[in-house]
Amino acid sequence: MSAVPTPDSLLERAPLLVRDWVSGLFPASWRWLTGSLLAIAAVILGFGLLFTLLTLIERKALGRMQNRPGPNRTGPGGLLQPIADGIKLLVKEDIVPVAADRPLHFLAPVVLVAFTLLSFAVIPYGRHLLPVDLASGVLFFFAAGAATELAVFMAGWSSHNKYSLLAAMRALAQLISYELPLLLAVVPVVMLAGTLSTAAIVAGQGRWTLGFIPHWWVGTPCGAAGFLIFMTAALAESNRSPFDLPEAESELIAGHLTEYSGFKYALFFLAEYLGMTALCAMAVTLFLGGWQAPCVWLQSIPSYGWFFLKLGALLALLMWIRGTLPRLRLDQLMRLCWKFLVPLALINLGTAAFWHLSAGWEPLPARLARWALALLLVLGPFAAIGRRLGAGVERRRYRYAPS
Amino acid sequence: MLGTGIIQGLAATAKNFVGSFHDPERFVTVQYPEEKAPVTENYRNFPFLVYDDGQDPMGTLRCVACRICEKECPPQCIYIVPAVDERGKPRKHPRVFDLDISVCMSCQICVEVCPFDAIKMDQTFEIAAADRFRGLLLDKHQLARPNDYYRQIHPAEAAEVDARLAGEKRQAEEKARLAAAKAASPGPARPPASA
Repeated sequence: MSAVPTPDSLLERAPLLVRDWVSGLFPASWRWLTGSLLAIAAVILGFGLLFTLLTLIERKALGRMQNRPGPNRTGPGGLLQPIADGIKLLVKEDIVPVAADRPLHFLAPVVLVAFTLLSFAVIPYGRHLLPVDLASGVLFFFAAGAATELAVFMAGWSSHNKYSLLAAMRALAQLISYELPLLLAVVPVVMLAGTLSTAAIVAGQGRWTLGFIPHWWVGTPCGAAGFLIFMTAALAESNRSPFDLPEAESELIAGHLTEYSGFKYALFFLAEYLGMTALCAMAVTLFLGGWQAPCVWLQSIPSYGWFFLKLGALLALLMWIRGTLPRLRLDQLMRLCWKFLVPLALINLGTAAFWHLSAGWEPLPARLARWALALLLVLGPFAAIGRRLGAGVERRRYRYAPS
Repeated sequence: MLGTGIIQGLAATAKNFVGSFHDPERFVTVQYPEEKAPVTENYRNFPFLVYDDGQDPMGTLRCVACRICEKECPPQCIYIVPAVDERGKPRKHPRVFDLDISVCMSCQICVEVCPFDAIKMDQTFEIAAADRFRGLLLDKHQLARPNDYYRQIHPAEAAEVDARLAGEKRQAEEKARLAAAKAASPGPARPPASA
């Protein structure tokens, strides 16, 4: 294991220098405020831009996965498509149903975006880039994330529309159910890292074996299992395919978004992508080493570069999954959560405890035994529960009309 | 094992994603205004009027203004006024032949009932107009197309029509020749009808 060198290049410190220069323009008594406001502006602007870019990249990538070129008319190669979409959504008429609960109907998208943005506050984007360093940052993140579920039900209830309400109830059932594996999957990392602070969790992953095997939590058996469970639950939490039942267009009109149009709809859309990005950023922080470089000699690349590289990779993975898997039925969704993910996540707690207690097994045979036991603890239940769930379910056979 | 199907699916989409960059054959979409998918021979949408001589389209329209199509047309989108000479006698030619393609339902009944093969189905589909009343009401000048065009869009059908028309023409000529021959040398075996 090599020690942690702390290279602090100019590029690494560039965001700090910009912040100090801008807040230097203000009187000293205002600087605490300008610093915070700058961080807020950077998060909103940065992730707002990322959102517009993501919508375009997603449409292009989905098109390629289905052998289509994707949007390619607006601007060079379709590059201006997000702007066209934005203008369209902004100038659309904003319709509020007569029977709707007007304040709630207005508040729902605002609350959703606000809570989603809150969760960005505790994510360390780089070595020096952490908007708020909370001692219980992980807890804050999931608390803010859970509050968005309220907004979904607000939207469904205030629309005074039976489709909206039914869809919001379905959405709420899904979101609350998947909150459980999402949180349980995080617990092993918190157990192993021994802290709830996001900065400390990332710092704890900044070690390398032989200089190129990073000590990220995804590299441990319980961490890998936790990562997979976390990503599955994150897909469901952010209403992404294959768990996009809350707004299943072909089944529910548009779910809780049925009565929303124009800018409010755009806000829901924004919140969905921001939520997805936030969960991916949390996955990077908890499991993929945050802003840490994958090997020692790649540390010359600024830490925020690594963070956004990993974030981009995870977002691409989500797009890939969206392009591949069809939507689940509600009962399948619930079965996957309560009969598969939750038991596995609970067993994973035991695996994490074992991994934590066996940390002192130093000699090579003991270390191999540790790995074998932990892998068995992860893969055994996965195979067993998977087989039990699959029992009695035959592979679907398709019959076509005789030609 | 559980999850293998997901990995297979991911592999399939990854193959599509990578393949779409280096293999244009994979694309199923046609970039419409620049390129067009070929229409099949049996494709039809709206009727047009056939004429024979490119030098004189209105003079050689096959339509004789018999108004059968006008009467048969289910949505009644055809409007015909026969041309008349100065004595009020029909000239076997349409003075007005209007067809409202915003009403037409492309049923082809006008084509089926036309005894003169004068009206056929077209294949042009770029007929959008800014004015839905005037822009979609076509007169006989807009409807007229040469027979060559008909041969081009419906080759098999046009060949059959051409053969039939040629046969009818030959029969008519034969008949006329016989009649002429008969008139030239009245045989003694058969007394004239007027007698």
